[in-house]
Amino acid sequence: MFNLFKKKKYPEYWKTYVEKVENCKTYANLDNIRFVALDTETTGFDYDNDRMLCIGAVAIKGNRILVSDSFEVYIKQDVFNKETVKIHGIRRNGTEVKVSEEEAIIQFLAYLDAAVIVAHHTKFDVTMINRALERLNIGPLISKQLDTNYIYKKLSCPNDLKKIASLDELCERYSIKMHDRHTASGDALLTAQLFLKLLAKFKKNHGINLSNLIQTNYNLSR
Amino acid sequence: MKNTIAERILDFLKDFPPFNLLPKETLYEISKKIEIHYFEKDQIIFDQNDNPHEHFYMVYEGAVRLYRFGEDKKHVVDICDEGDLFGLRPLIMKENYLMGAAANEESILYGIPIQLFSDIILNYPKVSQFLIASFATNTRDPFTDKHKGKLFANIEAIRKVENSFIETQTAKYTQNPITCSPKTTVQFAAKVMTANVINSIVVTLDNIPIGIMTDKDIRTKIGTGLFKITDPVEAIMTSPVITFAENITVAEAQLARLKHKVSHLCITKDGTNKTELVGILAEHDLSLIQGNNPLLLTKQIRTAKDAETLKYIRTKASELTQGYIEQEIPIYFVTKVISEINTVITKRAIHLSIKEIGVEPPVAYTWLALGSQGRKEQLLMTDQDNALVFENISEEKYAETKKYFLELASKVTEKLNIVGFEYCPANIMASNPKWCLSVCEWKSQFKDWIKHPTSDKILNSIIFFDFEFIYGDTHLYDKMAKSVFKYIYKKPVFLGFLSKATLDNPAPLGFFKQFLVEEDGENKDHFDIKSRAIRPLVDAARIFSLHHQISVNNTIARYEKLMEVEPQNSDIFESCANAFKILLQFRTSQGLTNNDSGKFVDINILSKADRLKLKSCFKPIKNVQESLKLRFNISQIP
Repeated sequence: MFNLFKKKKYPEYWKTYVEKVENCKTYANLDNIRFVALDTETTGFDYDNDRMLCIGAVAIKGNRILVSDSFEVYIKQDVFNKETVKIHGIRRNGTEVKVSEEEAIIQFLAYLDAAVIVAHHTKFDVTMINRALERLNIGPLISKQLDTNYIYKKLSCPNDLKKIASLDELCERYSIKMHDRHTASGDALLTAQLFLKLLAKFKKNHGINLSNLIQTNYNLSR
Repeated sequence: MKNTIAERILDFLKDFPPFNLLPKETLYEISKKIEIHYFEKDQIIFDQNDNPHEHFYMVYEGAVRLYRFGEDKKHVVDICDEGDLFGLRPLIMKENYLMGAAANEESILYGIPIQLFSDIILNYPKVSQFLIASFATNTRDPFTDKHKGKLFANIEAIRKVENSFIETQTAKYTQNPITCSPKTTVQFAAKVMTANVINSIVVTLDNIPIGIMTDKDIRTKIGTGLFKITDPVEAIMTSPVITFAENITVAEAQLARLKHKVSHLCITKDGTNKTELVGILAEHDLSLIQGNNPLLLTKQIRTAKDAETLKYIRTKASELTQGYIEQEIPIYFVTKVISEINTVITKRAIHLSIKEIGVEPPVAYTWLALGSQGRKEQLLMTDQDNALVFENISEEKYAETKKYFLELASKVTEKLNIVGFEYCPANIMASNPKWCLSVCEWKSQFKDWIKHPTSDKILNSIIFFDFEFIYGDTHLYDKMAKSVFKYIYKKPVFLGFLSKATLDNPAPLGFFKQFLVEEDGENKDHFDIKSRAIRPLVDAARIFSLHHQISVNNTIARYEKLMEVEPQNSDIFESCANAFKILLQFRTSQGLTNNDSGKFVDINILSKADRLKLKSCFKPIKNVQESLKLRFNISQIP
C-alpha cells in the first residue's frame, strides 16, 4: 500500500522510465541491446555542492555508434550561487541553449529509455545524475550500468589491476584519437569508441553476454 | 539541439572529398546521421556478393583492404586509408558488392547513409563530378568480364554536368520590347519594326501580351496575299504567346522554343500570360549568351592589324582559359574554344604575312598544325608545331615556289612567336625546309616512315600524324591524310612499333597507390603528368584511330569515335576519354597556377582530393595499354 501511495506521487516521466527499464526484453542478445555512452560535465567533484553543467551521450547498438541517436543538454545554473557564477563566467562564450535541471532530467530520461549505461568512472556520473534526481524527489537510476574502466581492468593483466586508468590513458592505449577531451559529448564519444574496442577484446576472452559484462562492474550496484 | 559529436565528425569529413565540396550546413546534416563502426584487424566488413548495406564507408582510422575472388584466387584490389571512401558504387548501382572489404588493421569507419547521400549527388553537380572522376576507372574490372561496361554514372549524367554551366544560367532577355495594340495596322507595325530594326513586335492589350507578329507572319500571311497591309495586326499575329518568368534559364528557353516551335518567348511578371510584359527573349539572345566572350575575341582577331594586337587578344584568351578552369567548365568545351582562337590567330598571321610579302602564293597550299595544336588540345601557350604542304609543281618552278613558302612560313612563325607561341626547340616548323614540302614529298616521306620505322621516324610519326588542317586547300590535306591510312593499311606492323614506343611508358602507379615519380634530375620527386599520364592516352587514341582509319585528331573525339567503331570495347574507351578530360583539366590548372606548361606536378603539395582524382585516371591507362599490347602483337616487335 505504501509503495502504491509513493508511486502515485512520482511524475509521469519517471514512471515511464522505470516501466521501460523493467519491461525491457532486449538484454538477452548483445546485438540488440541499446547502450548509451554518457559523460557529464560538472562544476566540480563534490556530490553535495557541485552540479551538472552538461550531459552528453551517444547510443551504441549492434556494434555501431549511432550519431543520429545522441543527446546533449546544457543545464542552467542557479545564478545566486557564488560558485556557479564563477563557472558561468567560464562558459560565457557558450551559445548553447540552457534548460533547467528538471527539464534536463526529463529529456535525459526520455532519451535514456531502457538503455544500458556505459561510462568511464560510471559511479561519478551516475551519482551526479542521482543527486539531481533526488532533488526532484525521484531516483535513483535503475538502468544497468557498465564502466569502461572495469571492463578494461578485467581484460588487462594483473599488474595493471591496481591502477585506475583514466580515459586519456585508455584512449592512448587503444589508440583512439582524442580530438576534444572534456566536453561531455566529446568524452561520451571517446567512451563509446573505447567501449567498442573493449567489447571486441572481451569477446575473444569470454563468452559474451550482458551478465559477463555486468560482472566486471563489481563496484556498482546492479 | 547542439550536437558536439556531429560537429567533430564534420571537422573530419570536411577535409576529404567529396565532402569538402559541400556547404557546411549540408555536411552537418550528414554528420548527424553517421554511424561509427569498429572493426578488428582482418574482420570482414562485407563480403563479395553480399547485399548492399544501407551505408557506405569512410575510413576514419586504420585501413581497409578491398579484395575480389576470381579464378579461385583472392586478389587484393585496393587498400583504403584514412579519408578514403569505399562501398559506394554498389549502393548507387543497387547491385551486390563486387568486392569484399576487410579491416587491414584495427579500423574505425564512418558509415554514411546512402539515402541521405543520393539526394546530395543529385543536388551538387560537383559531388557527382567527383564521383564520376573516382569511378571513371571502374568501368572495367580486371578480374571479371561480367560487369564490363557498367559505368558508375551513365553518360547522360556526365553530359548533364558538362552542360550545366551554360544551361542553368539565367537567360538575358531584351527588356522593354516594342509593342503595339491589336488594332494597329500591319503596315504601321511593320514601319515601327523597320525603324527599330527588330524582327518581331509584341501585341499587347493593357500591357498584357496577347500575341506576337514576326517577320515570318508578314512573309507568310501578307507576302502571300492572304491578308492586306491595312488589316489589323490581330488578324495575322501568332497567338497566344508563350510566356515565362524573368528567371528563365537558357536550358528552359531552348526547350520551350523547341517544344512550342516559336522563335520568341515573352517574359512576364509572374510567368503567365495574364500579367504585364517585361521583356522578350529571341533566338539570338540565346546564341549571344553561348558564344559571348570567345566570339568577341575571334571577331577582334579577324580585324587585328599586326602581331602585337594578336598577342594582346591571345592574352585575353588566356584569361578566358583561367576563368573557365576556375569555374570548372568542362575541359572539352574549353579546348574547343581555345583551339578555335588559336586557329583564328594562325589564319590571321598567315593573312598578314601574305600581305607583307605583297605577292599571293603561287600554288595551292595548306598550313598544318601538329602535336597538341593539331589535336586541338592546346590550352596553355606551348611551343608551335606546324608544317606546310603545297601543290605538286614542275621541277623548274620548284625552287622558286619553295622559296616563297619558306619566306611565308618564317613570317608566320615569327608572328606566332610574338603572340606567345615559342619556337619549337626541335625546329618542327613550316619555316624549316624539311617540313615545307610538296604533296609528293610528304607522301614519300610518310611512306618511308611507315616502311622503315626506326626510332627517330617513329618519333616523327607521332608528331606528324596528328596533323590538322588550319588554313588553305582542304584537298591537299585530304590527300596527305589518305596516304597515311593507305601506307599503314599496307604495313600494319607499323602500329606495333608505335604501340611499343608508347608502352615504354608504363602505367604510372605502383600497387600500393604510390605515384611513380621522377627519380633524378631537377624534377626529382615530381610527377610528370604529361609523359606518364596524358601522353599514353593520346598515343593509344592515335594508334587505334590509325588502325581504324579515323581521321579525327582530338583525343576525346577519337575515343568517342572508337566507342562507335568498337562497341565491345566502348567501356575502355569511355573511361579513357573521361580520364583524359580530368588529366587535361588538371594539367591546365597546374600550369595556370605555376605559370608553366603544367608538365610536372609536385605530388607532395597536392590535396587529398586532387591525389585521388589523379589516381583515378591511371586504371584506364593501364587497361588501354593492355589492349594495345594484345591487339598489335607487341611481343613480335624487336
